[in-house]
Amino acid sequence: MSEDDSGAGGSFEARLRAARSRQGMDAPPAADSPSTVKESSALGVGMRVGVELVSALAVAIAIGWGLDHWLHTLPLFLVVFLVLGGAAGVANVWRLVGPPRR
Amino acid sequence: MAVAAPTGEPTIDALSQFKLAPVGFMGSAVNFTQANLLMVIGAGLVLALLYYGSRPRAVVPGRLQAAAELSYDFVYNMAVDQIGPEGKRFFPFVFTLFFFVLMGNLLGLVPFSFTYTSHIAVTAALALLVIVIVTVVALAEHGWTFFTYFFPSGAPVFLAPLIVPIEIISYLSRPVSLSIRLFANMVAGHVMFAVFATFVVMLGGHSLVGSIAAIGPVAINVVLIGFELLVAALQAYVFAILTCIYLHDAVHLH
Repeated sequence: MSEDDSGAGGSFEARLRAARSRQGMDAPPAADSPSTVKESSALGVGMRVGVELVSALAVAIAIGWGLDHWLHTLPLFLVVFLVLGGAAGVANVWRLVGPPRR
Repeated sequence: MAVAAPTGEPTIDALSQFKLAPVGFMGSAVNFTQANLLMVIGAGLVLALLYYGSRPRAVVPGRLQAAAELSYDFVYNMAVDQIGPEGKRFFPFVFTLFFFVLMGNLLGLVPFSFTYTSHIAVTAALALLVIVIVTVVALAEHGWTFFTYFFPSGAPVFLAPLIVPIEIISYLSRPVSLSIRLFANMVAGHVMFAVFATFVVMLGGHSLVGSIAAIGPVAINVVLIGFELLVAALQAYVFAILTCIYLHDAVHLH
């Protein structure tokens, strides 16, 4: 298995610390930001941004239309949630490309 | 996608490759299609890799054992890195998800096979599974505090009517974007294959000049196969790592 792959060169302390954090006994030393997905190509990033925008809008339209259908107020919630959906899409994209949180 | 053409010309029919057809002697009775067959094959291949890979238990692993251990380590490290030490609990789930998607993407590149991840029904079911598990985990971990997730601390209270719906929509859009991303990537790749392959047939059927020009689309398809191998692995990775990120949010809230 990969028990020894931390290198025989490091001191015992370093290897012990690495092993402990690997086994989950200590918290890992540096919690690297998890909310960044490395996607190689610009095409991939563009694809993700587009999908995030559209999916938020689609969900918002579905909610708005559903509320209208239920409450018989047809254009009202659709219009409100259209705007909110656009905002949510931008929020998604910001989470994607913005600075990592924490 | 069908292009109107003069009679006798072959037309570009890029979407019929996604049509489901029952297989086996009682396939039509139980709606067992080639997609289900490929899912069974994919699951069987992963199980076989792990079973035969972990059987030798050699200190110095052979090729199969190395492959099994590498795949285990890869997903294990991804889960622990992204979720934190608690990620060990979710490792089996992430592993299953990653290899199911990866097998779907890769087996679809085998000629005469079928890409089950090119169906939105499959990817949406997987994404719904992810989002339901994430929500259940978050509720089990945090109880009612989970709902503070929809209102980030530090935001002014009078903005709550604006922020809360936006955060809820953003949360609900996760399964949509998760499923559409995988499905769209797979469909786009296979449509491109079909389109360029049809170009080859169209050009080759014309004349000597056409036959020579047909080398172009053949070359493009050769390059595309390599690109699609990358996309297949990358999309499985993205699916798994986004699952890990959502699980991280569920375990840690924010």
